[in-house]
Amino acid sequence: MKAHTLSVLVENKAGVLSRVTGLFSRRGFNIESLAVGVCEEPGMSRITIVCIGDDAQIEQVMKQLNKLIDVIKVSDITENERVERELALIKVSADPGTSRAEVMQLATIFRAQIIDVGAKTVTLSVAGDTEKIDALEKLLRQYGVKELVRTGKIAILRGTKTVKSAK
Amino acid sequence: MKTGAGILIEGLQREGVETIFGYPGGVVLPIYDELYESSLRHILVRHEQAAAHAADGYARASGRVGVCLATSGPGACNLVTGIATAYMDSVPIVAITGQVPTSLLGNDAFQESDITGITLPITKHNYLVKRTEDLGHVLREAFYIAGTGRKGPVLIDLPKDVSTKSIDYEFPESEPVTLRGYQPTVRGHARQIDKALELILEAERPLIYAGGGVISSDASAELISLVDTMGIPVTTTLMGLGAVPCDHPLNLGMLGMHGTRSANYAVIESDLLIAIGARFDDRVTGKLDTFAPHAKVIHIDIDPAEIGKNKKVDVPIVGDTKSVLQDLLAKVRKKKEYDRWQARIRGWKEKHPLTYRRDGVLRPQLVVEKLSELLKGEGIIVSEVGQNQMWTAQYFCFRKPRTWITSGGLGTMGYGFPAAMGAHFACPDKVVFDIAGDGSFQMNIQELSTVACNNIPVKVAILNNRFLGMVRQWQELFHDRRYSFTELPPVDFVKVANAYGVEGIRVESADDVVPALKAAIDTDGPFVLDFRVEREENVFPMVPAGAAINEMIGGNVE
Repeated sequence: MKAHTLSVLVENKAGVLSRVTGLFSRRGFNIESLAVGVCEEPGMSRITIVCIGDDAQIEQVMKQLNKLIDVIKVSDITENERVERELALIKVSADPGTSRAEVMQLATIFRAQIIDVGAKTVTLSVAGDTEKIDALEKLLRQYGVKELVRTGKIAILRGTKTVKSAK
Repeated sequence: MKTGAGILIEGLQREGVETIFGYPGGVVLPIYDELYESSLRHILVRHEQAAAHAADGYARASGRVGVCLATSGPGACNLVTGIATAYMDSVPIVAITGQVPTSLLGNDAFQESDITGITLPITKHNYLVKRTEDLGHVLREAFYIAGTGRKGPVLIDLPKDVSTKSIDYEFPESEPVTLRGYQPTVRGHARQIDKALELILEAERPLIYAGGGVISSDASAELISLVDTMGIPVTTTLMGLGAVPCDHPLNLGMLGMHGTRSANYAVIESDLLIAIGARFDDRVTGKLDTFAPHAKVIHIDIDPAEIGKNKKVDVPIVGDTKSVLQDLLAKVRKKKEYDRWQARIRGWKEKHPLTYRRDGVLRPQLVVEKLSELLKGEGIIVSEVGQNQMWTAQYFCFRKPRTWITSGGLGTMGYGFPAAMGAHFACPDKVVFDIAGDGSFQMNIQELSTVACNNIPVKVAILNNRFLGMVRQWQELFHDRRYSFTELPPVDFVKVANAYGVEGIRVESADDVVPALKAAIDTDGPFVLDFRVEREENVFPMVPAGAAINEMIGGNVE
């Protein structure tokens, strides 16, 4: 069992997301993370799904996804060289006198941006792979994370290769 | 100018549809208004579920796409069981439902239900059409998707304002439908076919396991040719019955839970299993890891997702079974004799024929056997679900594809009678029998009214044991005969039939079986036969749930 990253090219039509997610739930597959958005092809969207399963389960997921009429292409890019990003917005307790400076220092180290400041809080925006965001979140916990919003993972292949051209 | 409803009806006719099954209601009034003077034949059923089953029966008997029509909300919801039945057995139907006007969508309006949401997991695809301009091509896509690849049901949900709006519309010239997300593989991969042939020549004990895919791709002739030229024995699933004549010397009959002993023994001993249009369903395999334990597996299927889903496969071939078998047959250069294997199979067939007690008592198997003798493999046999279905599968000698229509995957009681109506419209010259149980028949008994008013000459043979027989059998065998809610009160089905205007006879002795069946066949219209059969007869042999398929119980009658 390991995490697989699937890149799914779909028609940008009403209901396509529920077709995809409904398939996962009714066939008993779990989604770890999900991100959807328009892509380079007009009229299409790309869904990036991270799911955990053994090879047979992932093969079955991909075959079932391929059967959906609105799914154009399914690629498992787990074994490909790729860049991955997640985005997190984190609101941290940071009193001007005490912890604010430390929080801002952490933000610099993690290349996070301060996107908002309140009387007693600072809001950070951080992008990166899962581990980086996990690490920052863990460090910020000691100051008090008031709220955390995180996107699903998106991924793109390295070099000139594209998901469309990859096997 | 054309209204949406007009485009729908004309579009259906352009797809070659002659008969649809439906039930009117509020939001489909514009469509029904269009039907009023249309040459499209509409059969008014008495419950929407029957419309879906009738469309399904029509599709299975004809090989064409069946069509049903219902109103929004309850009408659409009543189609659901029928759509799920078609989905599980890969039957091409197009279901058209009315919907509340687009302005009211999502408002919990009167008779609104999210039918595209509800049917998401039980359709091959579905559409909520929001613009009249889209309807024409949606209809074409729907028929294309339903009737190609692994066939299946497609639903089109049509809001009332989309049906009423008038637009300038010309049907496009019939260019082929192209969908970038749907390109089924038809031709099998040549190298895979070579590998399959190599395995066949290496094998000592090959066995073909053929399923419903052979019927739906009309590959029966190719399958028989493979069996004959290569001398490979064949067993079929419930859905595959009729693909090979029952009395073909190499046909072992049905395998699985209520299959023949010889078929199940052959699976266990075979060293090469050639699965063709079959999906290793649990009712076939029993305990999966003991299924064909010594065999390499070749799996031919149109649906790549079926390959490797349940059973590990050595040579997968994705493609239409007819096309793959044609390619395979064309490549046969060498042959091999499987004499010892064939002799072993003959031995099993002689030692373990399907038997029941022939003691002059009116037993359900006798009814099926006599009907089989009278019809000589002609006619179309539809069944309900349960014991009636298994006895028909076991004792009716099917000789041709599309002459056996049954709900296999979903196991829908109440399927048979409306499906038989659909089969009649597909093949009006054939005798159509629904072999029923008293439980199943009562699940769509209201269709007696439909067959009466339209003089649909469907014959219903009720194997009436006043039990939900299959459940009772399991209670007898596995629950200490605690017959919890499986006994049904006696019903005078002849009186019920007469009340609807249908003829019928009650049969209480074995001697009266043949004359009664003849009377039904000789009657021009519909007919109900109420066979009061032995009440606690069991379907044997039987593989208990979760056992290996050679661990069969029963079926040895001295």
